[in-house]
Amino acid sequence: MAVTGSPPRIRWRSFDRWLPQIVVSPLFAMSLFFVYGFIGWTLYISFTRSGVMPDYRLDGIGQYVRLWSTPRWHVALRNLVTFSVLFISLCLAIGILLAILLDQRIRIEGAIRTIYLYPMALSFIVTGTVWKWLLNPGLGLERVMRQAGFESFSFDWLVNSNYAIYTVVIAGVWQSSGYAMALFLAGLRSVDDQVLKAAAIDGAGPLRTYFSIVLPMMRPVFMSTVIILGHLAIKSFDLVMALTGGGPGYATDMPATFMYAFAFQRSELGVAAASAVMMLVTVVAIIVPYLYSELRGARR
Amino acid sequence: MVSIIKTLTTAALAGGICASAAQAGGTVEVLHWWTSGGEAKAVGELKKAFESLNGTWIDSPIAGGGGDAAMTALRARVVAGNPPTAVQLKGPGIQEWALEGALNDVDGVATAENWDSVLPPALASIMKFEGKYVAAPVNIHRVDWIWANPDALKKAGVEAMPTTWAEFNAAAEKLRAAGIIPLAHGGQPWQDATLFEDVVLGVGGADFYRKALVELDQAALTSDTMVAAFDQLRMLRGFVDPNFSGRDWNLATAMVSRGEAGFQIMGDWAKGEFLAAGLVPGVDILCAPTPGGGFVLNSDSFTFFKVSGADNLAGQQTLASLIMSPDFQSVFNLAKGSIPARTDVSLDAFDACAKLSHDDLVAAIANNALVPSMAHEMAVPRSVRGEIMDLVTAFFNSGMSSQDAAKQLAAAVARAQ
Repeated sequence: MAVTGSPPRIRWRSFDRWLPQIVVSPLFAMSLFFVYGFIGWTLYISFTRSGVMPDYRLDGIGQYVRLWSTPRWHVALRNLVTFSVLFISLCLAIGILLAILLDQRIRIEGAIRTIYLYPMALSFIVTGTVWKWLLNPGLGLERVMRQAGFESFSFDWLVNSNYAIYTVVIAGVWQSSGYAMALFLAGLRSVDDQVLKAAAIDGAGPLRTYFSIVLPMMRPVFMSTVIILGHLAIKSFDLVMALTGGGPGYATDMPATFMYAFAFQRSELGVAAASAVMMLVTVVAIIVPYLYSELRGARR
Repeated sequence: MVSIIKTLTTAALAGGICASAAQAGGTVEVLHWWTSGGEAKAVGELKKAFESLNGTWIDSPIAGGGGDAAMTALRARVVAGNPPTAVQLKGPGIQEWALEGALNDVDGVATAENWDSVLPPALASIMKFEGKYVAAPVNIHRVDWIWANPDALKKAGVEAMPTTWAEFNAAAEKLRAAGIIPLAHGGQPWQDATLFEDVVLGVGGADFYRKALVELDQAALTSDTMVAAFDQLRMLRGFVDPNFSGRDWNLATAMVSRGEAGFQIMGDWAKGEFLAAGLVPGVDILCAPTPGGGFVLNSDSFTFFKVSGADNLAGQQTLASLIMSPDFQSVFNLAKGSIPARTDVSLDAFDACAKLSHDDLVAAIANNALVPSMAHEMAVPRSVRGEIMDLVTAFFNSGMSSQDAAKQLAAAVARAQ
């Protein structure tokens, strides 16, 4: 009985062991091909003289030299830094402030939370278009203020090369700070009541409680919020396209819009691939140390 | 299973019948991005004419991004080995694809119909690769037009259309004094570049234009003439209202229609907007070439890709012959607002501005003053054009000095070559 019964069970067990691999492997193969395969292809193209069509003869680092001598690329990088820093820090600041205010056990909290979170439901294209109209000096805010009697009121950032990038920040922050608030609110709610009571007994005021106890306890929430906002910032393409179209001139160009322009409008696949590789390198430079520290922390 | 086989057989039979029926005119698949207003109507004319020759027309309109989406689709189709028969493709873009070996020539039709004798030589050379026609032009757009609202000019006391840039500046000052926006303009790179090339032609003349913006001669790009051209462009910047950034060209045209602005410098596609506003070009709206006595040429064309099969090849030949037929050139261009690419077509049905355009074209060919447009992808490859546009639009939107602009222009061109 035992002799006849055991072989099927062993076979079943080995199948059981292989099942996860079998189920996951098509997905694994696809992401290997479509993500890493194309990253490799882009890397290869960036070392060729590809123009309108891919050209597979290697040509050294000419495209990178070309890329770094193009003033527009420097503008795009500078804009990325300006936008990311302001976008992330303002979203964090506004998000945490709103979350703390909402956390004071106020009435109709649900309704207010929904209102602040609502912009997140819109796509960046809608946000960009609406803010384009609001900030246009001849249509929006400036015109309304002037009609209301403030003749000297001037707000022309959208059409001013030096300030246009800040309008992208304004629209981005408007859209995403509610989302940061939701994340922080969840974090605040997860802080143990016992800790707060102990702090109150020890005589800590509200400021001290937040800055010395609650916020430090929310470090993981900060981390994930920064990562989410950071990738929104680096990916920012649709917002710029809808709000300024990269203009005035190319004053609000970002690496993503730069790459699009060179690949699809200029027939310069090589330069576009080089810029894509530079973007990838930037992301890797940020993500790898983060993953490293997180994984080491987990092992400990 | 049986029903599937039956369906397949029927489909195959039907396909066979269609193919043999279509043999007379052949089959063409045409990739284009003419999807709005007058443009769509113009393509409709081509389709109707082709179908009247018993041809089968497969329409592949791909809208979006001023042709960028269509170019992306084209690239994918060529890589997959299944290119469309004809593609709306122009200028040096034709040469780029020809170098990839992706084009068919239609030189048989061209020789038989003697295209060389009816096309402006500057245009014919763009249509050819290694001496053989690979594309057929459907029209000629003139880029260097000044459009003006006569009521606005009268109110400001401007007597006549300007013939030099100095006169233009004086007229613009008068308009400004009368409280009218002197120049309607949209701050998009291609519109800035359109102003720029018209100014270069006006300041330097046709020979200088060719040296600088076609042959990309470094000495010409950094010359004093180029600096003077940037100075004039800076003047024009001063005549634009503060709200111009990102404005579409047709909204700028509407400002002239309504009399809010005096002038607009734009190609003759602006005519379609005036007509739509119920204004007659040459009467309710004045037209005059920008200074310089030249003619900046923009032309749309269909380029023939490497297709195989007797049916497709027959369609390609029929289409080439049809595009260049005088009747079609006249009908198509009445719909699109341009003038025929053939110089021997009668213009009786066209408006005054189109007639002026044709007369100037013939004169410019005789004086060797016909130049291809840089801003509209007729003169230089897209890579070089992109770099020039970046620089021009940066100049237009900043306080860059003209000397710096000329120097950086030369550097930008060198980088892209």
